[in-house]
Amino acid sequence: MSMFFTIAVIVLVFLIIFQIAKASEYVSVLKGEEKSRKQQNKVNGFLMVGFLVLGLIGVYVCNKMLYGKTLLPHGSASVQGEKVDSMLWVTLIVTGVVFIITQIILFWFAYKYQENDKRKAFYFPHNNTMEVVWTVIPAIALTVLVVIGLRNWFAFTSDAPKNALQVEVTGKQFGWIFRYAGKDKEFGKKYFRNIDEANSNLLGQIWDDSKNFDDVVVTQTMYIVKDKPVKLIIGSRDVVHDVGLPHFRLKMDAVPGTPTTLWFTPKYTTKEMKEKTGNPNFQYEISCDQMCGNGHYSMKGIIEVVTQAEFDLWMAKQKPNYYAAFPDKDPANQQPATPAAKDSASTAKAPAATEKVKM
Amino acid sequence: MSNDAVLHGDAVVLPHSGVHHGEHHEHHHHETFITKYVFSQDHKMIAKQFLITGMVWAVIGGLMSVLFRLQLGYPDATFPWLEDILGKWAKGGRISAEAYYALVTTHGTVLVFFVLTAGLSGTFANFLIPLQVGARDMASPMMNMLSYWFFLAASVVMLSSIFVETGPFSGGWTAYPPLSALGDASPGSKTGMDLWLTSMALFVVSQLLAGINYISTVLNLRTKGMSMTRLPLTIWALFFTAVLGLLSFPVLFSGFILLIFDRNFGTSFYLSDIFIASTNKALPNEGGSAILYQHLFWFLGHPEVYIILLPAMGMVSEILSTNARKPIFGYMAMIGSLFAIAILAFLVWAHHMFVTGLNPFLGSIFVLLTLLIAVPSAIKVFNWLTTLWRGNIRFTPGMLFAIGFVSLFISGGLTGIWLGNSALDIHLHDTYFVIAHFHIVMGVASMFGMFAGIYHWYPKMYGRYMNNTLGYIHFWLTMIGAYLIFWPMHYEGLAGMPRRYYDYSVWESFKQFAELNKFISTVVIIVFAVQLLFLFNFFYSIFKGRKVTTLNPWGSTTLEWTTPIHPGHGNWVGEIPEVHRWAYDYGKDGQEFIPQTQPVGEHESHH
Repeated sequence: MSMFFTIAVIVLVFLIIFQIAKASEYVSVLKGEEKSRKQQNKVNGFLMVGFLVLGLIGVYVCNKMLYGKTLLPHGSASVQGEKVDSMLWVTLIVTGVVFIITQIILFWFAYKYQENDKRKAFYFPHNNTMEVVWTVIPAIALTVLVVIGLRNWFAFTSDAPKNALQVEVTGKQFGWIFRYAGKDKEFGKKYFRNIDEANSNLLGQIWDDSKNFDDVVVTQTMYIVKDKPVKLIIGSRDVVHDVGLPHFRLKMDAVPGTPTTLWFTPKYTTKEMKEKTGNPNFQYEISCDQMCGNGHYSMKGIIEVVTQAEFDLWMAKQKPNYYAAFPDKDPANQQPATPAAKDSASTAKAPAATEKVKM
Repeated sequence: MSNDAVLHGDAVVLPHSGVHHGEHHEHHHHETFITKYVFSQDHKMIAKQFLITGMVWAVIGGLMSVLFRLQLGYPDATFPWLEDILGKWAKGGRISAEAYYALVTTHGTVLVFFVLTAGLSGTFANFLIPLQVGARDMASPMMNMLSYWFFLAASVVMLSSIFVETGPFSGGWTAYPPLSALGDASPGSKTGMDLWLTSMALFVVSQLLAGINYISTVLNLRTKGMSMTRLPLTIWALFFTAVLGLLSFPVLFSGFILLIFDRNFGTSFYLSDIFIASTNKALPNEGGSAILYQHLFWFLGHPEVYIILLPAMGMVSEILSTNARKPIFGYMAMIGSLFAIAILAFLVWAHHMFVTGLNPFLGSIFVLLTLLIAVPSAIKVFNWLTTLWRGNIRFTPGMLFAIGFVSLFISGGLTGIWLGNSALDIHLHDTYFVIAHFHIVMGVASMFGMFAGIYHWYPKMYGRYMNNTLGYIHFWLTMIGAYLIFWPMHYEGLAGMPRRYYDYSVWESFKQFAELNKFISTVVIIVFAVQLLFLFNFFYSIFKGRKVTTLNPWGSTTLEWTTPIHPGHGNWVGEIPEVHRWAYDYGKDGQEFIPQTQPVGEHESHH
């Protein structure tokens, strides 16, 4: 019913507007088309300057209302992101000045030089000096921006420091899998044909490779350490995804078959950010930023930034994925027991393990 | 449908002149309804066919954006009528994620290719090139006709994809594999994607037939005296557009061919190391590169932006100059900057790929080349502003949209400086900042160029005027609406809010924009309604608009206004006029304007 009503109102409004428009055409015929054209010209000239003034006020109001909702007021949560933020300000100033000047000129000229019987248009086809000036000035301004930009770009894409914590991040429809190298600090080999979700091998780790024995695999939440560089080795199991880190101001695609890397240094723990933002629910979220299918919007990962001590504690609690795949190798299951009991223990363990990774 | 609408547009057609010079044949060849309105080889009719087909697509594509904006603005609300029209795609009155992604994808594809490429340059290249260079028709009218029919075939296939059971393609208009290659990864990548690829292949054929025709017409069929540097800027822009299309569409086509092979014939151009969770199977493909497709795609994809934008720039230059009653400032610089943009358009494609793991050094080259484009763009803006300076401006609806174009081009162009810089793109890539940027600079600005062109050349197309008051209402509401919709999106982008999300409510980092999304969606609905007002004005005026009584209603210098009010096939009765000067002698030596056909006087000043 309300639908019908809405349509009726819209049609009615259309009809009214149309009738006014039609009538204005007749009026202009009566009044003389030239005269009414000039009147319309004045109205539009006035609207030009009106639009300019209201538009600039609108820009100000919009900024006032929305700036607080962006992530900018709290500053970047990574050392690298600070450079993004500072560059953002420089770019904003350069483009902002140009924006305001050119928009004012555009609408002011439109208003000022609207048709007037007393004025004759000025025949001004070209002027080399002016053209050279406004080729050179933008070129200089852009050179500055390019130089600052590239300096930062090479800093972001440089090699990670040697002491960086390495985490392998793998995207899949629709979630994230994280792998830590374990005590040997080296990742075991993997091959996608070995992926076997039923047997806790989400990444296709090759169990013949002993480096895999201590690799820890978790899903959903990634733990990293405050003030310690972290290097992400990013890949995908199926389609292209993207590790989006809005709070750290960085992102990198996850491409099947081609690993990519990204490193940064987190500045605040999750707890500190909760206080800083005044939001008790604050979380560092990983958003998938590359269209990856119908669940794209729900492909969320969490980053928990903690202190080194907390991290060590957490890591100590994690079991290598090897034990999830081969529960009988798990020292925790090695206690002397009857074979039957051992069997039931392993079958009980397996579903629990898959449940954990299915998150 | 497209042809019905223009059926009686040229009710009064002046006697035709044959294609032969000089001789004046009455009804040299008899035209039937079919040859005149359906399989027409007259460039003017083909232009109208492109325009009206484009408008149909604009309504479909626009309506799709209204539907998915409903989901974004009102994620918790249910609209029972949605289930009535969309059926299983909107169970319980809420659009499903599948339908949402299908809508977003089809909206993008249709608007970029069918509306802003075919609808914009298809319409105005066809309409203006022969009229403004002084030719009776295109170099090959037959190919020109085929170009339209291939476009229509592409349209029909695309439209049919909406109705297949697994839905139309839903992986984004860029169609990145592996998502677009694997039906098991997304239902839209099944039959829907086959149809999408078929449609796009037909579309490429259409574009190539059209482009080669435009180029040869501009180069070979100019009338006596029409040297290249006397061409109106519209023609220069359309010429560069055609060159861009001709060089880049084949690359896109090759990318699609490889994708078709990967999809259907078991090759591994784009596929490697893939395990599909839904079927619990690892695929046999190894050694392919998903990134290869992105290179091939963006090698068209970036020039495509300029294929959309250049015609609008050309028309805006022409309309600004005509209505400011002043020559365009820096004609040669305008051509030079068009040329520079056309060249650079081919050298910047990888700026869409900064975060794909591209070699950082290669990325830095693309940063440099990308920001270089800002220089010719800045020249164009300053020249437009100077064209207005000390003019005597008439605010026709076409002029308003031209001024609106400049404003939007500035706003959207400046954010390009942000995104083209890889060190900022690393934060802003694929966020709403990008949405805001390209919608303003490419989408809305080009749409404004198209509106400007329609209002300005409507008298030439149909021999009638559109209603001015409706035109003014259309302009101001659209202008305000466009800024209200897209300006706040920059802020969402600064917060890193990703594009192509169905629902933000579970995201702690992005859910603060729920109110804003509601506001934007509401404005979208209003602006869409305003466009219906324009459509009404357009079709109503074909039949009932005020009649054009003078040959040259805007006091313009260019050749199209020397043709009869209702030009027949062949454009000029009798000989094609000779050209003696450039297209921008407005206000010279105290004269209001001097048509291009007027010989240079003895005492005329030089410029």
